[in-house]
Amino acid sequence: MNAIAADMSGTRVQRWTPLSVVFTGGLAGVVVLLAFAPLVLGENSQNNLIQLYFLVIMAMMWNALAGYGGLVSVGQQGFIGIGAYAAVFLSVQNSLNPYLSMLLATLIGGAVAIPVAAVVLWLRAGAFAIATWVVAEAFAILVSLDPNPAIGGGTGTSALLPFNIRYTPEQRLHYTYWASLGAVAVLLLLLFVLLRSRLGGSLQAIRDDEEAAASLGVRVLLGKGILFVVAGAGSAAAGTIILAWQLSVLPLGPDSIFGINWTAKMIFMVLVGGLGTFEGPIIGAVALYILQTYGPNGGVWYFVLLGGIAIAFALVLPQGIWGTIQERFNVQLLPVGYRLRNFTKGTT
Amino acid sequence: MTWVSAVVHGILLGGVYALLATGLALMFGVMRIINLAHGSLALIGAYMAFLFTEHVHVSTYLALVPVLPGALIVGYLLQRTMLERSLRAGQLVPLLTTFGLLIVIANLLQYFFSPDVHSLDEGNIGTASWQVSSSLTIPWFDVLTLGVAVVLLGGLQLVLRFTQLGRELRATAEDADTAELVGINARAVYARATAIAVATAALAGVFYGMRSSFDPNAGANQLLYAFEAVVIGGIGSLWGTLGGGIALGVAQAVGGQINPEYFALSGHVVFLAVLVARTAMQARGFRLTLRGVG
Repeated sequence: MNAIAADMSGTRVQRWTPLSVVFTGGLAGVVVLLAFAPLVLGENSQNNLIQLYFLVIMAMMWNALAGYGGLVSVGQQGFIGIGAYAAVFLSVQNSLNPYLSMLLATLIGGAVAIPVAAVVLWLRAGAFAIATWVVAEAFAILVSLDPNPAIGGGTGTSALLPFNIRYTPEQRLHYTYWASLGAVAVLLLLLFVLLRSRLGGSLQAIRDDEEAAASLGVRVLLGKGILFVVAGAGSAAAGTIILAWQLSVLPLGPDSIFGINWTAKMIFMVLVGGLGTFEGPIIGAVALYILQTYGPNGGVWYFVLLGGIAIAFALVLPQGIWGTIQERFNVQLLPVGYRLRNFTKGTT
Repeated sequence: MTWVSAVVHGILLGGVYALLATGLALMFGVMRIINLAHGSLALIGAYMAFLFTEHVHVSTYLALVPVLPGALIVGYLLQRTMLERSLRAGQLVPLLTTFGLLIVIANLLQYFFSPDVHSLDEGNIGTASWQVSSSLTIPWFDVLTLGVAVVLLGGLQLVLRFTQLGRELRATAEDADTAELVGINARAVYARATAIAVATAALAGVFYGMRSSFDPNAGANQLLYAFEAVVIGGIGSLWGTLGGGIALGVAQAVGGQINPEYFALSGHVVFLAVLVARTAMQARGFRLTLRGVG
């Protein structure tokens, strides 16, 4: 296999295992298969899958920050909102193609994250958390005060027009489906490559002990900054998909596009799936999707359940579902780390 | 003259924020955690006072008699059941659990009290004010709030300095492990700190509720304002908290004078500006030390 051999009395450093090769290949296959879903599945199923895709993106981005950078953000909804509103601005105000607008809005989300990172990344733990929230609130208020009719101020806005003048509702559904699946695949791959690179190693060092990492020459702020910008762009991408999916957005309130409820969902997904594991957020997104489909969706008890389960996982099962499985069975399906394995003589 | 009035009202408004910030600063000082549910706990205090005034028909001030001891107990239990476990699990877990609590509280309040706004009656003092000049009136209630904040911060300062509990709190804040070596039960000290913090939060929530109307999601803003006051005032100083609260209040009142919609935004902007300034100063200090060494 592709194992990096380091002959130390039968111990090897291994990145790929046969299982992870099969699984990573399998996952790529699943993505290709899912791309054909609009040809087979009905309208409802496609809508449901779009919902699952943006949840997966959100969970991946939040996990990248908290699980790999040790950065608990409660302000990613700021980037979700920026993404959605940037897409509205480009497509409604400037008559750009809505899907091109979504792509550009994702990049705008990443660009906005750069100055924000310069302000908040100096802060530790709780101070970082609340500062990101303040930034998100400031974005929301600024958008709600925008007098531009395309933005709509506090009453919200709709992106129905730019979609409808170009596409039939059926085309819109298909393209939105492919755009969101593409976003999941690209962001998944981007994180996979990032975390397997040198940066992945230094990020884990930062998460485990920031001072020690810095003293060994790890560029702490650069590593965190890269994560923050990627998470900003990814969250903005999720925001654009939400816009294309529900077609109208509101700027203010906990349930709005800038709402704190998105962070509640992100924390739930990552804690349930497994903080700091690559696979965990996908499992967490599926778990939230199941909760939304079969439990109360929206409403008071949904969020009470969401918060309660998140607290329970944080206290009782902090590694989440996938972290626990990983620990017990020593498996890693998507190989982002290094493993030491003892080989008995004669095995390869 | 309207600007003078805005500044004066901002200073008085700072009293509420200092009240809100006290408990947050205390918990951060002793345990190094930021309780994201702090604003929500303040809000529970306001709703409990509302229940008492509604059903027992007592004044809001009398409602503090059952609400504050209740908050002490809630804080103690919160520490013993949830926060203690969170603290053991590292720096990030308390953030996750207190955020979960924030979401649970906001939605339970919405279930029990409806999403509508409520307000608390501030009594006879609510309508009384001192007419300084034609454009400047000072409401006595705002003066009372600021006075309560000063008394609370002063009292806490005295407790920290001169009582056994205060010495234990300071020792544990300095170094919990060493404090344990000299016979302090750090877990009990933490529980008392959280109890006091939640009681001050409830007090702040009641005053906030008398000042302006509140809904189940108001806890988020109360947390942000409290935290902004702590940071602007300088983390780790109780009187700084009062200064930070006043600075935040003035920023909001002056912003609101320019345009009522800028009220909250101008507070956020001043907070972020303070962060940037502090970062820039740190970076400069860092460069200066480097030059000194090289």
